[in-house]
Amino acid sequence: MEQKKVILSVRDLHVKFCVRGRILSAIRGISLDLYRGESIAIVGESGSGKSVFTKTFAGMLETNGYIDQGQLLFYGVEGTPLDLTALRRARDWNQIRGGKIATVFQDPMTSLDPIIPIGRQITSVILKHQACTKAEARARALELMAKVGIPEPQARFDDYPFQYSGGMRQRIVIAIALSCQPQILICDEPTTALDVTIQAQILKLIKDLQKEFGYTIVFITHDLGVVANIADRVAVLYAGQIVELGTVEEIFYDPRHPYTWALLSSLPQLAQRNTKLYAITGTPPSLYNRIVGDAFAPRNPQCMQIDTLKEPPMFRVTDTHYAKTWLLDPRAPKTEKPELIRNIHEKLLKAFHI
Amino acid sequence: MAKRKRRPQPTVLPEHGPVDEAGREVLLSLRNVDITFGKGDRAVRAVKNVSFDIYRGETFSLVGESGSGKTTIGRAVIGVTPCAAGQILYKGVPISGKTGKALDREIIRRIQMVFQDPAASLNERATVDYIVSEGLYNFHLYDNEADRHRKVERIMEEVGLLPEHLTRYPHEFSGGQRQRIGLARAMVMEPELVIADEPISALDVSIRAQVLNLLKKFQQERGVTYLFIAHDLSIVRFISDRIGVIYKGDLVEIAEAEELFDYPLHPYTRSLISAIPIPDPVLEKNKVLVTYDPSVHEYRQDKPELVDIGHNHYVFGSPAEIEAYRAVREQGVPLHCVTVRQRDAAGEEAAEQIAPAQVQTEPPVQDVGSRWYAVGSFLLPPVGLLAAGLFKRFRYRRSYQACKKGALAGLAAIGTVVGLFCLLLVLAVL
Repeated sequence: MEQKKVILSVRDLHVKFCVRGRILSAIRGISLDLYRGESIAIVGESGSGKSVFTKTFAGMLETNGYIDQGQLLFYGVEGTPLDLTALRRARDWNQIRGGKIATVFQDPMTSLDPIIPIGRQITSVILKHQACTKAEARARALELMAKVGIPEPQARFDDYPFQYSGGMRQRIVIAIALSCQPQILICDEPTTALDVTIQAQILKLIKDLQKEFGYTIVFITHDLGVVANIADRVAVLYAGQIVELGTVEEIFYDPRHPYTWALLSSLPQLAQRNTKLYAITGTPPSLYNRIVGDAFAPRNPQCMQIDTLKEPPMFRVTDTHYAKTWLLDPRAPKTEKPELIRNIHEKLLKAFHI
Repeated sequence: MAKRKRRPQPTVLPEHGPVDEAGREVLLSLRNVDITFGKGDRAVRAVKNVSFDIYRGETFSLVGESGSGKTTIGRAVIGVTPCAAGQILYKGVPISGKTGKALDREIIRRIQMVFQDPAASLNERATVDYIVSEGLYNFHLYDNEADRHRKVERIMEEVGLLPEHLTRYPHEFSGGQRQRIGLARAMVMEPELVIADEPISALDVSIRAQVLNLLKKFQQERGVTYLFIAHDLSIVRFISDRIGVIYKGDLVEIAEAEELFDYPLHPYTRSLISAIPIPDPVLEKNKVLVTYDPSVHEYRQDKPELVDIGHNHYVFGSPAEIEAYRAVREQGVPLHCVTVRQRDAAGEEAAEQIAPAQVQTEPPVQDVGSRWYAVGSFLLPPVGLLAAGLFKRFRYRRSYQACKKGALAGLAAIGTVVGLFCLLLVLAVL
């Protein structure tokens, strides 16, 4: 394996929220390295902490949230790595947020200002982060609009967000995010609010622009079909912890964690008609309480006694593939993944007549 | 209720709908329905000449992108949106246009709706108990309070909620639970037809499966018919018996689910199928995206129509196209609409894709549209107009607009001053 350069290194991160006098542990010890130019997908249910995780290094954590312990080292600036947990003042964050680490949000309607023309929303970001004149900012904005595929950017420069369709609006949001050549682009479910056809176009756009700009993509989603499209590596999040981490091929063809199995099994693309779709029973655990043992144990059909007593460590499968489940312990009984998700490749070839 | 007692009416709806030649009972049927919004020149035809039947006990899905009119059709069926032309028949009885009050009530009871966003479609200020039993109250579908309570509790249990949830408010529930409440509210009325308008788009993957299974369960136990509206063909394939594909108000293809996936004849259907994310990295990363280009059709001479080409398969097209579609279908070889390209071809296409974007990137950089242009034009309107003309000629759009705005304002100001002066002059002379 070639040596890849780390751009962001997360070590044993714990994030907690103070909600009405109670402590909620949203992130319970995540360690992860992001490499330059890769795209990593973060998968999980709502409430599993995927958005909170990215917000910690985008400097957008809500005011009642705080980093309890852990380290976030950012290698994007020259010289020594920057510990993002040490940034306290808003002024320090202004250098990073938007300039080095940019975010594309889920709903393009709410992330654009409805009463400011599109063009000015792009130029204002350029003017804030880069020293240039208005005319240069405008030229750059037009160039970006053309790059993200807006036909006739000059004519649409002064239009308002409501005059754009959903897909076009999301393209504008991407243009704004890319306007300062960020090194990390966080995409927080950018296609959930869009149609399938538009979703495919936006994903292609994000990938094509990655070749040109060379940013690292952190893609948050709960749709495994999208993950297959965009990701090089996948981190499966459950109850504030990474339960499985691996390359996209490993996660889809050789998943090891029961939660990953369950996620794959519930895909309608793999289901046979007139059968029951696999559904994960129960709900995720409450993060207000301390979780004993494996967080997924109560919903796990392959649950063992040790799962309810002791938290499993990260087991190494290959150099790139890790899973947090006792099933990988040598003493555990041999458990095969469910029938439904074996031979995914052949099943899909048949289902789609490829 | 009092009114109905005074004027007793026979049941307005028959027990069963008409039966077609294949022996299936037609529950709902749309006949050449047109729906327009706005009036005169600004009228938009959201739904164009749409006809289809829904049989009892099946799941019929409408698929299309946003703005294609699929939700509008659903709303027309429950009578929220009026039809501009055509007819909607429920069990053979027209329910569009002017209907009697009794029929209206009957329709409201028999056809229920499940909405997309469970957070927005439940009354925030009502308890779940009231939300679920509101329909029962309106139609007096219970003998006494105990009976109503029993009915509500039973339906809550069936959708997987607990009786103690009844006293809570919608905001206390998660997204999936809220959608269950929405489902319970519709199902407690014992409807015959349920319009499910993207009921799972707003939900997580795992909860999606739970809600889909619930919908299936109700169909098996009660024989409910669904009109399922969605944009994701992968879910639609799993749940529906028949699928209608709609594009910009035209119903372009109707077929049984597997038939549609085996023989997607209309190019738009093919582009929809190719857009389904395949949960397989090797296939998905090298998949060729098919985009639909409506200009491939030649519709100037022959008007397109939705024609039956056999196998319960309807396609929209001109006579020549229909001939071609029919020939393809008769060959009986399943069509490939998802193509996976080889590794080396991938690079070529990527290069092709980037090229057109660069052609566009030569905007007039100096087109700043500064407000000084407007001020200058205001002070010297003739010069401003001249400048505006020049800017327009060289396509400096923003500067042109600034100059035009300033010059017109200037002219208006001069006009006003001159006008006032003349008025005063006239007054002074008189």
